[in-house]
Amino acid sequence: MGKTASEQQLIIEGAGCASCVGKIETALKNTHGVDRAEMNFADRTVLVSGTAETEALITAVESAGYNAKALNDSHGSDGLDEKDAADWAYYKKLIRDTVIALSLGVPLMIYSVLIGEMTVETTTQRIVWLLVGLLTLGVMYFSGRHFFVGAWNSLKNHSANMDTLIALGTGTAWVYSMLVVFIPDVFPLMARHVYFEATAMIIGLIDLGLALELKARGKTSEAIKRLIGLQAKTATVLRDNKEVHIAIDQVLLNDVIKVRPGEKVPVDGVVIEGHTSIDESMLTGEPMPVEKAQDDEVVAGTLNKSGMILFKATRVGKDTALAQIISMVKRAQNSKPPIGRLADVISSYFVPVVMIISVLSALAWLNFGPEPALAFAIVSATTVLIIACPCALGLATPMSVMVGVGKAAEAGVLIRNGEALQTASKITAMVLDKTGTITEGTPKVTDIILANASDEKPVLQLAASLESGSEHPLAMAIVESALDQDVELLKIEGFNAITGMGVEASCEGKALLFGNSKLMAKSEVGIGEYAEKAQTLAKEAKTPMYFAVDGQLAAIIAVADPIKSDSVSAIKRLQANGTRVIMLTGDNKETAAAVANKAGISEFFADVLPEEKANKVQELQEQGEVVGMTGDGINDAPALALADVGFAIGTGTDVAIESADITLMRGSLHGLADAIAVSKATLRNIKQNLFGAFVYNVAGIPFAAGALYPFFGVLLSPVIAGAAMAFSSLTVVSNANRLRLFKAKDH
Amino acid sequence: MMMINIVGLAVIALIIWWFWLYKPEQTITDSNEVLIEVKNGVYSPAAIQVNANQSVTLKFLRKDESPCSEILLIPTLDISEQLKLNGVTQIHLSSIPQGEHVFHCQMQMYRGVLTVVKEES
Repeated sequence: MGKTASEQQLIIEGAGCASCVGKIETALKNTHGVDRAEMNFADRTVLVSGTAETEALITAVESAGYNAKALNDSHGSDGLDEKDAADWAYYKKLIRDTVIALSLGVPLMIYSVLIGEMTVETTTQRIVWLLVGLLTLGVMYFSGRHFFVGAWNSLKNHSANMDTLIALGTGTAWVYSMLVVFIPDVFPLMARHVYFEATAMIIGLIDLGLALELKARGKTSEAIKRLIGLQAKTATVLRDNKEVHIAIDQVLLNDVIKVRPGEKVPVDGVVIEGHTSIDESMLTGEPMPVEKAQDDEVVAGTLNKSGMILFKATRVGKDTALAQIISMVKRAQNSKPPIGRLADVISSYFVPVVMIISVLSALAWLNFGPEPALAFAIVSATTVLIIACPCALGLATPMSVMVGVGKAAEAGVLIRNGEALQTASKITAMVLDKTGTITEGTPKVTDIILANASDEKPVLQLAASLESGSEHPLAMAIVESALDQDVELLKIEGFNAITGMGVEASCEGKALLFGNSKLMAKSEVGIGEYAEKAQTLAKEAKTPMYFAVDGQLAAIIAVADPIKSDSVSAIKRLQANGTRVIMLTGDNKETAAAVANKAGISEFFADVLPEEKANKVQELQEQGEVVGMTGDGINDAPALALADVGFAIGTGTDVAIESADITLMRGSLHGLADAIAVSKATLRNIKQNLFGAFVYNVAGIPFAAGALYPFFGVLLSPVIAGAAMAFSSLTVVSNANRLRLFKAKDH
Repeated sequence: MMMINIVGLAVIALIIWWFWLYKPEQTITDSNEVLIEVKNGVYSPAAIQVNANQSVTLKFLRKDESPCSEILLIPTLDISEQLKLNGVTQIHLSSIPQGEHVFHCQMQMYRGVLTVVKEES
């Protein structure tokens, strides 16, 4: 399953009659690249599919005698400006609705509290309350129409939502009050009370709550706005030997782009000329600028600090790393962790259940309540409808996920979805692959101990020639060492990698073997006293490997891979939070022990074949651990997949976004500690929200139904219920916003 | 009083029937595209039926400015999508498993169901 891109929609101005539809559609259909054009006359919008540019469509409409503008032009801002503008317009509308409703509600409220009872006893009172009732109807129309329209539509669809509750609550209060005004004699004297103030106040307060919630929601998406804000708007492209400034959506693959100091890199590419340092901190969280020269990759959204470069565009539009990161963060922000599922189930039954409780509450008052039982029944039924807040339940999880995933992204941690976020918060054991995760992943040759020969160079030449066929980091270290010494590599034949042991090939008629003691034993190559020498090297955290020529040991070549400068402090952070840290390596026991000791890790698995990594993860899971696995290579894929949470560790922006549950965009292991810390904080926040929303509804509904009346003689006012309901959602969103203050990097 | 209680219980029965027991009419489509309007608190149509092995593009036209309507989730298909205001957001689905796939907003206030049935020969 996948998704396709959206079509373009234009809003048409000046189309006054239905016959305009045909003209506009024809004009558009005649435009090159348009497959289909369908106008909705009611909305004055036209939906166009095809490959035509927006400008061409607008020109076509204008040539037909009308004006057009694009809706949802997502270029550059990813539709964010339109969204902000739409949110702002909606916010203003809600505030206007609030002012209208409270202009009537507040004076009525003051009157009812300070001046007199809102009852209908005389003809004058009937006339006055009739006028007030009509004014309230105006408020319901102008400020509360959206509740009633929404409720009606839901009802027709056999569904119910928050609008249903508000419309039923305020509608019941108003209808009851109008009946009292029109036919007071039908009601007992004590029940001739009107509740117009409740209707107006509830509508005003809920509109106010919605407006404030909208504002608070805006803040929850700040992280994604910051990411989107990283995108450059324009690029300087060399075309026909001229510099042209164009919008980034017009940059094509293989375009040559010039970036001056202080400018952002507009798309992904490879440097073809120049030298500079680039600040990638906005994407990776890595504070040090990275040096870039010819053939180095540059990434969209990063900042050119010093020199001018020319680079060739290799990924543009939605393919750039930044665009993919934005897309992944957005997706993750909208996903829901398992903890939210119970709230989802409750939400789906919530509104009809509240309606039933409301009816039951009214019946209870009518059957068992004191006089005026009818008035009490109406108040309690209305209050139950108004106080119940399905929105607080529904918002509890997604708002926190939105902020939490955003905070993680700011720290260079990309969380794939809500489930990964939740599981990461429960990790009890973290398995770290040694090479490239704890260590730099760029080993260097440290020792060459010759067995028989006296000259190092010919041995190194053969070993390096053999290893030139391998892509293993240790092999590359040997090749690099040879090239550094200007040793020419020879042609090899019959290269064969023996998994978990080493490699073999032949060169100039000689049979070459390179690998660990297992390989030597398997091939019956005697290593004798050299085994002890290898052990000594291993204890120094070096990886000793045996090199044999024609079945005779030729040398031990030792390679060391330095531990990353901040690995030790990051591992300490993980351990301080109670996480069991385990190192996994294909190295022998001695080397593994030495590296683990240096890194501050007490548990490790050595001599692990790539295919055994997953087994080790499984062993830990069988011990009851929730296992996180961190690796950087393809070899780790099965273990990453089997672990409860797989962490892919990237270097720079070269991230395998789709490969793991959580991707760390910088090489530092602090990203792991950050990811776990932010996950824990987010889950804590979700639990607070869910607890608050459950307690609010579980306690509020019986309270509203009058459960306290028999003991304390207290019955909640519908106005107070309206205020509580409006602010319960706001509380949830505001609590989620507290996560924005969370600082993951305390290192 | 008896009468009032009977009316009350009838209202409760009506609520149960209307919201939970009644099976709304499905929009059965052979077409590969379904336009779903998101407006005034509902998806319209809210109940869609397609045949198994039928690829379908759900085109959500969001006209409701309320933020509640902004996010669309289809949990069984692991889909979450931000709906554009006053624009169409397309979700292309193929090889959809048989059964009911509920789609809803984050707060479950907007709800709809995509039913995938076995193709009749």
